[in-house]
Order: sequence, then structure tokens, then C-alpha cells
Amino acid sequence: MEPIIIDGTAKTPTVKFDASTGVMEIKGRSIPENSIEFYKPLVDWLDEYSNSSVEKTMVNVQLEYFNTSSSKCILDVFKKLEAINKGGSEVLINWYYEEDDEDMLEAGEDYESIIRVPFKMIEIVE
Amino acid sequence: MSFDINEYYKQLNEGEVLLAYKGSITSDLISNVLEVVEEKLEDLSETSKIRKKVYNVLVESLQNLYHHIDDFPDAVKGDMESKFGVLVITRIDPNVYRITTGNIVTSGKIKFLKDKIDKINSLSKEELKDMYKFILNHQKLSAKGGGGLGLVDIARKTGNKLDYSFESMTSGYYFFNLDVKIS
Repeated sequence: MEPIIIDGTAKTPTVKFDASTGVMEIKGRSIPENSIEFYKPLVDWLDEYSNSSVEKTMVNVQLEYFNTSSSKCILDVFKKLEAINKGGSEVLINWYYEEDDEDMLEAGEDYESIIRVPFKMIEIVE
Repeated sequence: MSFDINEYYKQLNEGEVLLAYKGSITSDLISNVLEVVEEKLEDLSETSKIRKKVYNVLVESLQNLYHHIDDFPDAVKGDMESKFGVLVITRIDPNVYRITTGNIVTSGKIKFLKDKIDKINSLSKEELKDMYKFILNHQKLSAKGGGGLGLVDIARKTGNKLDYSFESMTSGYYFFNLDVKIS
């Protein structure tokens, strides 16, 4: 399976999804007006990955900002990961937030309460 | 007496205004505004907490305008551009900001907006969190990418009540003004 590698822009995050290592990364800003266009290929990719997932899948989410349009798409990504976790691969979501960014920590905790996948909240200390 | 947008805009331009804009709300405009405001906030050396909150609320406010502005007949618009909206960011005190947005709505939308904002304003922090999570998990995104979460998110992040008014323009049309305080 081909990996996904997308460079970040002012409104969209850097994405690296690698099926051979099972490491996925979403990093930067996610504030497009319409996030469906951006996230649909990621959800489709995960759908395919679920058929050939490796033993452990590690997902690193390190967002500086995300808008409410993205928040729904990120939930769709996490729902796919939930299915993958139920299937053949053990999934861990590492949710990074900057020191003092309580809003970002709380956003991670919101997802953690909805999605049945282990989350690890990681504070980035400067 | 009918509502005067130019007079309203003039009044908003008082105090320490970081940015004031009236005109078309496009994707490029949003990008430009965000870039300018982010730089200004850094120059003012506000705390990172306030900078992030202002930025977040600004994104949601602008994208609310972007998703919900309709085009109106020339008789209502007058000399206003299409997709017309107003945005003014004021620094009230160090680490205290006000973001004002305005756009034209039909009278048919007033009840929906009023009910939604009154509901949001009546909720505690915990209740807002539950409302956010419910909408996040149960409502689909619109074709334009709006998710019905913007105002709830703004109220959650600011911890303040949303202040609004509807000003009568010509028959059937109102100017919807929304004030958000970030502190």
C-alpha cells in the first residue's frame, strides 16, 4: 500500500500515513473552510489499511489549531481507527497539546470519551 | 428608522481596533485576516492562551460568516458587495478582546438563530461540553462543510455569553450583529 505524504499549508496539516510501519501522523493546522475534501482520502486510505494492518498502529496527532469543520472529519478518522482496533491491529492515539493549551487537551479528552481506542495525552513542554 | 450599516461600522471603529473589514467574505479574505491578526497578536505580546483563543474564535466567526452568508436582491444590498459581511476586532484591554461580526439575514432565520444563541447562553460549561459532543457525534457536515458547531465552540472557548442583536433593514431583511468577548 502506498503511503500518504501531504505537506502542510496555512490551513491544512502535514500528513504521513505509512502502512508498512503502522505509524500515522497529523500535524499542524487544520482550519479549511470545507474539511471533507481534505479528510476523505485519509478515511478511504484507512479503510484499505484495515484489511492489511500491522500488529500495532500508532497515531500521532499534533495540532496547533483545528476548526469545527475539521473536528467532525477528525472524528471520522478516529472512528475508522476504532474499527481497526477492533479488528487486527492494536491502536494507540497519541494526542499532543502545547503547555497551557487547556482547550486542546480538552478537545482530546472529548474524542477519548467518544472513541473506544486508548488515548495518551502528551504535553509538549517548550 | 432603517438600520444604517455605515453608521454602525463607524461606531465599531472606536477604541483600539486591530482590524476592521466590511465586504465580501471569501476563503482568501479569511486567510489574509488570520495572517494579519496572528502577527499583530504576536507584536502585542499577549499570553499564548489569549492568542490561541482569539485565533480560534476568529476562525470560527469568519467561517460562520463564510458558510451562512446568502446573496440578496439588489434592493436590499444597495451598494454592498456580494457575500457581504462585517468583521471588527477590538482590543479592549491587554488580554481582553472583542470580535464583532455582522451579516444580513432574512426574517425567517431570526427565530432559529435567536433560539440557538439563547440556548447556548443558558448552558453551564459542562452542559456546553455535552452539547458540543452530541452535535459532533450525531450531526453530519453540510455540503459547504459547516457543522453547526461554530457558536457552541466559541461559547465554550471564551466562557462568555454571546451578545447579539437583529436590526431591521428593509422589509423582511435584518442585520445580524454578534459580539464575542474573549478574556
